[in-house]
Amino acid sequence: MSFKTSVELLSFHWMAYTIYALLIISIIAWFAYNLTRKERVKSIVRIPFYGYIAFLVAGGVGHHIFTYNTIPWVSEDIMRHEIKPNQTFDITIENHKWTLPSQKMVVRKGEKVLFNVGSKDLTYGFGLFRKDGTMVTQMQVLPNHKNDLLWTFHECGSFDLTSTEYAGPDQYDEHTGKDLMMVKDAVEVIGCDEKVASK
Amino acid sequence: MSFVKTLINGTDFDHTKLNALQKVTLRAVVMSFLFYGLVAIEGMIMRMVQTGPSAPIPKMFFEPDHYFSIMTVHPIVGIFGSTYQLVFAAFMFLVPYLTKKPLYSVKLANAVWLLITIGTALAWIAGFIWQYAPLYTLYWPLPADTEQFKIVGGFVFVIGVALIMVGTMGFIYNIYATIFARVGVHKNKTTKELLISGFGIDGLMNLIHKLTGKPPYSKEPALSLPVVAIFRGTVDTFLDAIVILSAGILVLVYLIAESAGVSWDVHAVDALLYKNWFWWGLDLVADGLVLIYVAGSWYLLATIITGQKLFMENVARAALLLELFVSWMVWSHHLLADQPQPEMMKLVSGEMVTAFELLTQGLALFITLVTLWKARPLKMTPPLAYLLGGLIGFGLAVPAGIIQADMGMNRVLHNTQWISFAHFHIALIVGLYMTLYSALYVLWPLVTNNTTLFSKKLTWAHFWLYLIGGVGMGALGGMAGLDGMLRRHLYVDGEFNTLMVGAAIFGSMVLIAWVIFLFNIVMSVGLKGLVGIFMPAKDPTASYGIEPEPAAVKA
Repeated sequence: MSFKTSVELLSFHWMAYTIYALLIISIIAWFAYNLTRKERVKSIVRIPFYGYIAFLVAGGVGHHIFTYNTIPWVSEDIMRHEIKPNQTFDITIENHKWTLPSQKMVVRKGEKVLFNVGSKDLTYGFGLFRKDGTMVTQMQVLPNHKNDLLWTFHECGSFDLTSTEYAGPDQYDEHTGKDLMMVKDAVEVIGCDEKVASK
Repeated sequence: MSFVKTLINGTDFDHTKLNALQKVTLRAVVMSFLFYGLVAIEGMIMRMVQTGPSAPIPKMFFEPDHYFSIMTVHPIVGIFGSTYQLVFAAFMFLVPYLTKKPLYSVKLANAVWLLITIGTALAWIAGFIWQYAPLYTLYWPLPADTEQFKIVGGFVFVIGVALIMVGTMGFIYNIYATIFARVGVHKNKTTKELLISGFGIDGLMNLIHKLTGKPPYSKEPALSLPVVAIFRGTVDTFLDAIVILSAGILVLVYLIAESAGVSWDVHAVDALLYKNWFWWGLDLVADGLVLIYVAGSWYLLATIITGQKLFMENVARAALLLELFVSWMVWSHHLLADQPQPEMMKLVSGEMVTAFELLTQGLALFITLVTLWKARPLKMTPPLAYLLGGLIGFGLAVPAGIIQADMGMNRVLHNTQWISFAHFHIALIVGLYMTLYSALYVLWPLVTNNTTLFSKKLTWAHFWLYLIGGVGMGALGGMAGLDGMLRRHLYVDGEFNTLMVGAAIFGSMVLIAWVIFLFNIVMSVGLKGLVGIFMPAKDPTASYGIEPEPAAVKA
């Protein structure tokens, strides 16, 4: 099992968490019902205390082991200083404006790309989004720090760029509220037989 | 009795019979629920903006200055103006009640609610008049950005937050002075014994002794379990206040320099170091204070509702000790998307230690449920229903947070509405507030001298509207987060319209629930009683349930 894109990951997450949410609500509701019944209900299963503790520990730790093994960007992120990217894009932000590479950022599917983003004033975010608004990836951009994100695109299409961190109201048009840091089609990923992302 | 007469006089509430402790408790409770109304209205305004341009609200709310000033004051009013006041009120009543000792100072307790009320009002005014909007996160150097914000706005905001923190310090002093006072049942206890009990060390020692076959370390712990939780949570409240005050002083220094015509380099303060320091403190509110206070409240409510001893009390005490270390070491999960943050801190603090919160909160949930279960059959009263609602809230919110405290998930969920709605709005609105409503209904007869509630039907209407509204809003907002909706972003074109309309509908249920609750309370105490709460108490007693005793410091 492996999640190549955030869409795949979040669809799985949506399903798993919804099942969990319904389960925990049902358990408490079952408790509430049986707490008030005069007739004592027999336990369906007897969960030993230490079994429950083991379940919680396994859940907390196992979750990270699961994501490490199924989400490709985790190990890439940890090891990014030792991985040579196919392309590097240097980007700066100042006064809520991007300074992007002079040429459009075009990437081939499967290539490793390093986004090197610097801020000269405030804390911003660097986020890439699909045309339907779903997030591809992101990082925080701290002033006077090296903010580098190594990313492998497993999908093709044109992706929009905007700041994912609030850096004051100047990011928006003061009358219309439009996002002035939004750059449409900032990154284009090519090399697929069919376009998946720019539907 | 006619409607108007009940509105004026209440059911059978008599404010003249309240003692000083009861009155100061109720004053803070009243202010808390007024601020709650304000925060619910602010939340609804933001929900409406997110539904798109056809929302039936004035266009000014779509302007970024206005929108983000609301977003800045929303948590200040909600967390400090409402939640802090309600929690502090409950604990300043409960600690004397549970330790059977008078509150150290009623005068100080009055100063606490006044300082927090004035401070919250000032912070709100800074947003309303000068539209000072660096958000509660105060990411450096944004709060000192005088090109985007007026200096006077920042000044008023920081003074407001500082007053809240000074009030918080007053609460802390009052609580510890009461706990450590060697009077009544603690007359012969030493400070060491009280400290050992306060930190839950006696619970841990009892467990070790049991495992090694020795007789119990302490048969009768010096402090009851809820007091231990209050003691422990207050340590985090203190540390959090120190951090927020230090951040406020930093901002103030820069603003004063700027107003004096001296422009200091904001980058002299490292943004990453500041972020670590600030989140260490701020996270103590969420992962220390809230979780510990809530666990303590669950234990207290479970024992009062059932009239029985808490299940596995020594484990619960030891878990509070464990939470001491956990809550101080988890802040890095807020910095998983910060690439300059050392990877080891992300892994250890951000992921592994944070995962322990699943254990500590899971234990609290388990102990509470088993305590209730062993006492069945129980009558489904409002306190029990709200307590179960609170368990649902944290049962949903804690795993939602743990899921995001992961380097893989955080890359696509950081700063999205997932964390805002599925995690902390459900934790606060459903988990924390339903626990507090349960406490309120348990304490109501004690604090109001058995005043009859105006309507039980309204109590249940509040319960169901609140629970469904809170969970529904959290669920739909969380789904918007999965769809890429950012939490600190202005959407003016209804980009996530469908989910936000749904969230607004559920949100309005929470708002209506608050109106129903307030109506029920006002009809119970009456307008005369409401004003009377703020009149000086004739009876200076600062205790409840024991021989009348005034505060150590004269009220």
